[in-house]
Amino acid sequence: MNGTVGKSEKRVDAFDKVTGRARYTDDLCDRNALVAKVLHSTIANGVVKAIDTSAAEKIQGVVKIVTCFDVPEYKFPTAGHPWSTDPHHQDVADRLLLTRRVRFYGDDVAAVVAENEIAAAEALRAIQVEYEEFPFVLDAEEAMKPGAPQLHEEYPNNILAHTSIYKGDYDAAIKEPGLIRVEGWYDTPTVQHCHIENHICFAEMEGGRIVITSSTQIPHIVRRIVGQALGIPWGSVRVIKPYIGGGFGNKQDALYEPLCAYLTTQVGGRRVKLDVSREETFVSNRVRHAIRTHIISYVRPDGTFAARKMECFSNQGAYASHGHGIAAKGMGAFPQLYPCDNVQCDAYTVFTNKPVSGAMRGYGIPQAMFAGESHIEDVARALHMDSLAFRRKNMMPVGYVDGFSKNENYSDSLNQCIEKGMEYIGYERKQAEYAKESGPVRHGVGMAIFWYNTAVWPISLESSSCRMVLNQDGSVQLQMGETEIGQGADTAFAQMAAETLGIPFQDVHVISTQDTDITPFGLGAYASRQTYIGGFSIKQTALMMKERILKYAYELTRMPPFELDIVDGNIIRKNDARVLMSLGALATEALYSLSHSEHITAESTYQIKSNAYSFGCSFAEVEVDIPLCKVKLINIVNVHDCGRLINPALAEAQVHGGMSMAIGYGLSEQLLFDEKTGRPLNNNLLDYKLSTMMDHPDIAARFVENYEPTSAFGTKALGEPPACPGAPAIRNAILAATGVAVDRIPITPHVLFARFKEEGLL
Amino acid sequence: MHETQYKLVKCTINGKPVQKMVDVRASLTDMLRNDFSLNSVKKGCEVGECGACNVLIDGECFNSCIYLAIWADGKNIRTLEGLIGPNGELSDIQQAFVDEAAVQCGFCTPGFIMTAVEILESGKEYTRDELRKLLSGHLCRCTGYENILNAVEKTMLRRLGKLHD
Amino acid sequence: MYDIKALYEAESVQHACALLLAHPEAKVLAGGSDVLIQIREGKLAGATLVSIYGLDELRGVAMEADGTIRIGALTSFSHITRSSVIQEHIAVLGEAVDMVGGPQIRNIGTIGGNTCNGVTSADSGSTLVAYDAVVELTGAEGVRRVPIRDFYIKAGKVDLRPGEIETAILIPKECYEGYKGHYIKYAMRNAMDIATCGCSANVKLSGDKKTILSARLAYGVAGPVPMRAPSAEAAANGRPVCAETVDAFAKAALQDVNPRTSWRATKEFRLHLVEELARRALAEAVRKSGGEL
Repeated sequence: MNGTVGKSEKRVDAFDKVTGRARYTDDLCDRNALVAKVLHSTIANGVVKAIDTSAAEKIQGVVKIVTCFDVPEYKFPTAGHPWSTDPHHQDVADRLLLTRRVRFYGDDVAAVVAENEIAAAEALRAIQVEYEEFPFVLDAEEAMKPGAPQLHEEYPNNILAHTSIYKGDYDAAIKEPGLIRVEGWYDTPTVQHCHIENHICFAEMEGGRIVITSSTQIPHIVRRIVGQALGIPWGSVRVIKPYIGGGFGNKQDALYEPLCAYLTTQVGGRRVKLDVSREETFVSNRVRHAIRTHIISYVRPDGTFAARKMECFSNQGAYASHGHGIAAKGMGAFPQLYPCDNVQCDAYTVFTNKPVSGAMRGYGIPQAMFAGESHIEDVARALHMDSLAFRRKNMMPVGYVDGFSKNENYSDSLNQCIEKGMEYIGYERKQAEYAKESGPVRHGVGMAIFWYNTAVWPISLESSSCRMVLNQDGSVQLQMGETEIGQGADTAFAQMAAETLGIPFQDVHVISTQDTDITPFGLGAYASRQTYIGGFSIKQTALMMKERILKYAYELTRMPPFELDIVDGNIIRKNDARVLMSLGALATEALYSLSHSEHITAESTYQIKSNAYSFGCSFAEVEVDIPLCKVKLINIVNVHDCGRLINPALAEAQVHGGMSMAIGYGLSEQLLFDEKTGRPLNNNLLDYKLSTMMDHPDIAARFVENYEPTSAFGTKALGEPPACPGAPAIRNAILAATGVAVDRIPITPHVLFARFKEEGLL
Repeated sequence: MHETQYKLVKCTINGKPVQKMVDVRASLTDMLRNDFSLNSVKKGCEVGECGACNVLIDGECFNSCIYLAIWADGKNIRTLEGLIGPNGELSDIQQAFVDEAAVQCGFCTPGFIMTAVEILESGKEYTRDELRKLLSGHLCRCTGYENILNAVEKTMLRRLGKLHD
Repeated sequence: MYDIKALYEAESVQHACALLLAHPEAKVLAGGSDVLIQIREGKLAGATLVSIYGLDELRGVAMEADGTIRIGALTSFSHITRSSVIQEHIAVLGEAVDMVGGPQIRNIGTIGGNTCNGVTSADSGSTLVAYDAVVELTGAEGVRRVPIRDFYIKAGKVDLRPGEIETAILIPKECYEGYKGHYIKYAMRNAMDIATCGCSANVKLSGDKKTILSARLAYGVAGPVPMRAPSAEAAANGRPVCAETVDAFAKAALQDVNPRTSWRATKEFRLHLVEELARRALAEAVRKSGGEL
């Protein structure tokens, strides 16, 4: 052990990123590439009757125009899930490269390939589309009603899926005398990932195959989907993923890679670049599911639950993408976080004529925590109980095992996190102090806890592959199928590899780029999985590599391999810690030896059949200016037990980002649509209110480190969970400050104006 | 046939006098990326809302996406590439971004650092809230801004001799 | 790359006027932070442009012999904020334009562009209206001076004749001398935003600071263009400095405004802001003037 795991090593890509040398997709594309642009529908529901491209084709520089009448009829799924060989578990294949049946304002109906972006844009404006318009529906519950516009024939009442969790006997349990009934409806908005690099890809043909360079989180999955979309063997597609400017789940879908791949085949294999604009990113990529949740709790006066009911309606938008996975994950949290003997849960995922909802940081849990943790606060208030005491009385106990995932709550993480958070924010002191306020400007503290799973087992495959190559100097190349998307994965991987191999951190060279022709198979960045899952294949591969090294060392040292170890890049004898030779000397000899030349490498895949709970909480402190209907977030802390920290500084940084997303979710972000046309209203970074640096207080990340027993390195979900508890913590702080419960986010001045008027504060 | 209109632009880029015939329709982002391969200048929105393309022009920050290339004539332009020393040394602010874990995906990083350069070169001491305002023209989705602010603040204090580490 | 049909660079004000007369379809490009974006959006794709960005003679803030403050039309927001003349005599204008967008936008955006685009949410607009600023327009036939209240015709439309460009904003001495003002930008974010409502108030107090000799109030986004609130002003002029005056002033402002409902905000909410912001802006202006409330 040389102790790199647990140290705040500097990011392996930091130098390149602070010098501008890190290459992102557009930096790799030569400027003579053809430019593709997509024509999006200007109606929310209907069919394309005809497209007239004649004027557009005459525009100088236009090379090719492809319409929805031209593309192949291979329906394909887009979700960045592992493929399932069981047809019942495969993602819904409901997309075509371009569509005649338009299902949302912004659907893809044609594409132009031109010599430059101006010609392409001009051609888009010159294309005439004749539509037959149908009525449309934007709201999930409206879409379920009889007579609502139907999006997909195979899904009556627009219900993509409905699943349930029933436990005990809810109907009988609510008859218990003396119960208090608390009911609420909680709404979360459509929001977008807003990675600063928009999705971009370019494709060309090489040796009869299609090579795509893409800003994606999931290169190996994209390869499969492009194959499916074009009806070609998956091996004839090569996907390269360089550095990407963030993803947050949006790039956990095949976005425009299939179309771009198709377009290169239509222009003789010439390089075609498809660079999505910010406005398109908001509408024609993916968004977070807006979910409306209805919760009824029956509680006893002693603060215990008798029965609970939850139903949620998840707005899928026009196509299935990740589909019901999001609502189902959110529903799954409900009976686990506050176990109760009698529970009824129903989750509906419903198609509407809105942009397609997919994966986004937290995958249903930000929505579920807003509903669940707002409701818990409301229940505690109804009982006149301190909400923290109420939570601690009812939340998942140590030793709890989930029947489905087999996850076990091994440690008292929630209580430990709560205590740390209370202390940081001065919870009890401030609560008492602020309770005395009655003026126009009031303060409050609030909190929320979160539940999270790590990775996707047992719902889907979990596996990871790793390759290590020993260089002549004793350094090692590391290749993973799992991707660096900004979160720091490459650095954590290098630390885990160095630790297991016994070499200095600096001697691990991570090949950041995934190239499906070269990189071992991996699934990619999602589900807060990579450090947990990747840890298995790294450890296994490093141990294989180490065994090979030590075996070779035996030849050179005549010492038994099981008496040898590698420490700090040297071969040592364990019993007396004597340095026998450097790994570099061994590696040189191994490669060039005339008696026994060997290129020492290792590669392996590990299938993981476990999952791990990840818990924590956020505490928020707000100042509410009632006449101005404005909330100022003064202080916020997130406390998280994600097991052992591989790199504390990077973990903290990642939590900051999740908290920032949660702040925007709670207070300002939402994608709005014109009720009359279905047109998006604010699909740009001026009108969509992503927090700026002036909209944040200092944000604090704290950790509790309980070693996760199921994990190769004691670690578990880190990246997504901090995006989950912030919004309800802020909501509960506003409630504490003003006595006004706001059951929808974002809690904008407009919402507060309406609520304060209802409650007589204005 | 559309006749492309060109203009000869003479300017200084990262300390070096250059001249280039540029299409009058080009943004400064286009010119810096395409003609000078200055890839630190990123495209995040192309309408001046995200700050990823920010560069220094005569000492002030501009979103190069909404600055016409032809306006660069006679100007002194600096991009992130100009900060690194002759032997590959990082400047203090770049090093601070590394040390404070202020970099994640890295896409907003060049723009932020160039605004930081303008702030630092003013030689003034700003409060944390003033720094927030001075840096507010940049959006970042990864970092929650916390470590970026720390990196800029610490570098400012170091340059002013008020932080000794 | 912008879809620009043709671009002409003016070498002088007269050249700009001549170019505009020769190309009547052309748009004037000052800092470009509106026009270039509209080209990108497609609204102005294929436009012919006359760029005046290079006319350095239109940059800078100066005090003229008669005490008039002259702000060159191409002066950027950040340079206005940093101007010592502005800081000394009409600090509120520097503060107001320091709330436009973010720092980079304040370096490219010009006060000329901010006024000529005729947008009600312009952060400079309400303060200029509140200070009775004068717009200097130069055409082939010479110079015109138009009170800014008359310059705004309707949303997106200003009194700019063919072949004319705005060359300066003028604030006569009597319009600023003795006044202190305060601007409140109410927006959804603290940076990179456009105003949901902008409110600029200024006052001149009596020597003993007990009486409001003159109060002026103007809004952005309370109507189609930046507008004054004469009823509010009447309710405060000559009145004692006290909470009741401030309250009457704020309530009276509601008679002067005409905000509309849009997806950005409802009329009711904007009206609520009109009153609340007037109250706060006047109170702050009084405080800055040395008055006590």
